[in-house]
Amino acid sequence: MIKRILLGLAVLLLVGSFGLSWRPAVTPIAPPAADSFTPAQVALGAQLAAAGNCAGCHTAPGGPAFAGGLGLETDFGVAYSTNISPDPVTGIGNWSEAAFARAMREGVARDGSHLLPAFPYTHFTKLSDGDVRALYAFFMTRPAVVAADRENTIRFPFNVRALQAGWKLLFFDAGVYQPVAAKSDIWNRGAYLAEGITHCAACHTPRNRFGAEQGQAAYAGAPFDGWFAPPLNAANPAPLPWTQQDLYDYLRSGESEAHGVAAGVMASVVHDGLAKLPDDDIRALATYFADNNGSAARAPTAAAALSLAMSRRLVDAGRETEPGANLYLAACAACHYSPAAKPLAVQGSLALSSAITADDPSNFIQTVMHGVGGAGFPGPYMPGFASALSDADIAQLANYLRRTRSDQPAWANLPAAIAARRPPSTTTP
Amino acid sequence: MNTPTIAFKLNGQALSVTVSPDTPLLWVIRDMAKLTGTKFGCGIGLCGACTVHMGRRAVRSCITPISDVAGAQITTIEGLSADGQHPLQKAWVQTQAPQCGYCQSGQIMQAAALIRRFPDPSDADIDSVMNGNLCRCMAYVRIRQAIKIAAAEVQGGAPNA
Repeated sequence: MIKRILLGLAVLLLVGSFGLSWRPAVTPIAPPAADSFTPAQVALGAQLAAAGNCAGCHTAPGGPAFAGGLGLETDFGVAYSTNISPDPVTGIGNWSEAAFARAMREGVARDGSHLLPAFPYTHFTKLSDGDVRALYAFFMTRPAVVAADRENTIRFPFNVRALQAGWKLLFFDAGVYQPVAAKSDIWNRGAYLAEGITHCAACHTPRNRFGAEQGQAAYAGAPFDGWFAPPLNAANPAPLPWTQQDLYDYLRSGESEAHGVAAGVMASVVHDGLAKLPDDDIRALATYFADNNGSAARAPTAAAALSLAMSRRLVDAGRETEPGANLYLAACAACHYSPAAKPLAVQGSLALSSAITADDPSNFIQTVMHGVGGAGFPGPYMPGFASALSDADIAQLANYLRRTRSDQPAWANLPAAIAARRPPSTTTP
Repeated sequence: MNTPTIAFKLNGQALSVTVSPDTPLLWVIRDMAKLTGTKFGCGIGLCGACTVHMGRRAVRSCITPISDVAGAQITTIEGLSADGQHPLQKAWVQTQAPQCGYCQSGQIMQAAALIRRFPDPSDADIDSVMNGNLCRCMAYVRIRQAIKIAAAEVQGGAPNA
C-alpha cells in the first residue's frame, strides 16, 4: 500500500506538471436514432437507471429529468451534476456507446477529461456490458434538454482534472464484477447490484480525506447530507438484527415491522428507485446484506431483544413529569404506541428504531424536523415538527427517548447537531 | 413563494386549492372548504383539537403542510359518517362525553383511528394513543368509556371492562 501511495504521489506530481493524464477524446457522433435500440434494452436501462437513482443526482429540484444542475456538497466544494440527456451540445447526445462505456467504467468524459468521483464510476465499473449498453439505450432515448452544465466550486488543487489520474491510481480498481465462487448465485446477484448499479457503499461506507471510500471500513456507516447512512455490517445499531426477510420487506415496500420505515434519502431510494427492480433482485440484495451484517449470529438474542423493546411500550407510565415526556406523550405517542402482541411497521415502536439507538443523532433529528413521506408517498405519513418544536424541545425529546427506549448513553453535542439541521426558514414558538 | 395547485379529496369530494405549499391543511379545511368542525387549538401539534384522517391515519392538520396532502384522502368530523351515526358519535351522545365540546371532533377522529388499530382497546391502549388529545374540561373518564362502548359495537360484543 505504501508503495502504491508513493507511486500515486509521484504520478500526481508528474501529471500535475505536464498534463500527461489527458485521455484522448472519443470522436463525437450524430445522436443515434431511437430505433437503433431494442425496446427490451430501453426497458432494462430504465430499470437500471432507477435502481442507480441516476435522477437523484442528475435532476435539479423541479427541473427537467436528467438535465443536471443539482449541487452536491462535498468536502472540497460544490460539484454540480451534469446534463446526461441526449442534447448533442449541452448533454451527451454526441457520445458514442464507447464514450459512454468509458465514462461508466473509467470515469472519463467523452472529451477525455477525468470525471470527479462524486460520479460513482468506482461502482459502475462493475456493470456488465449488457447493462452498460441498456443504460446507454435508455439515456439516448430520453427527451433532449438544452441545459449548460454549471461550474463546480471545487477548490484548488482538487479542481485540477488531471490530478484525478493520480486519485484513480490510488483509489480506483477498474473492472467488471467477478462472482465469488463460494457464494450462491443469488448472493452474487445481490453483490453485483449492490457493488455496481445501486452503489450502496457510496453512502454507507465512510470516505477518507481524499473522498475515496475506505475499503477496510466497507459499509461501516457514514454521514450523508445531514443524515447518517447506518452501518450495513455487524455494527448496525438496530435493536433487532436485520434478517433477510426484514431487508426484503424494507427494500421492497419501505417498511419493516422489526425496524420501521425508510425516511429521508433512503425513502427516495426505495420508492423511486428500487421499486422498479424485479422481486428476484430485491431478494438478491437482501440475501447479500443479510450475509454481510451478521444477522445469523445475532438471531439467538433476537427474541429477548424483541420482548425488551415491546416491554418499553408502557415505559412512559409514571414518568409524565420528566423533561420531554410531555412532548412525547402529546406529539408522538398517538402514532408510536405499539400493540402488545407484535411490532407494526406503521405504528412504529421507537424502542425498535435505530434512529434512537445509533451513536449519531442525525436521523432522529431529521425525522422529527422533516417528518416522513408527503405527497404521493406510498408509505405512512408523519408531519415534520420543525415549526412546532424548538431546538430545546427536540433536545428534551431526544434525551427522553434515548433514556427510556435504549440502553445507550445520552447523545453528546445535541444542541449543535439540532441547530445545524434546522431548516433556515422555520420559526419556532 | 410560488403557489402551486394542490388536488386532494376532502370527505370524498375532489378539491383543488391554489395556496402557498406550506399552508397548514387546517386553514384549507376551515377557511377555504368552510368545514369548521375541525378546531384550531395550539397550532403546533401538541393538543389534538385539529385531528383529521389522512388515508386511514389520524394526523394533526395544523402542522400538516398542504403540499404533503396532494393526492391524499382527507376525512374530517363532517365526513366520518354520512348521518352522524358512527359508533363513536352515538357513544359520545350516550355517555354525554363533551362538556364545552371544543376538543371533541379531534377526540373522535383520533378515537376512530384508535379502534381500527386496537379493536378491543385496553385502558393502557386508550390512554397512550389518546394522550395527545387534551380536554380542558377533563372529560377523559367519559371519553374513555365512550371509546369502549363504540369499540364494542364495532366488534359486536360487550365493552372491555
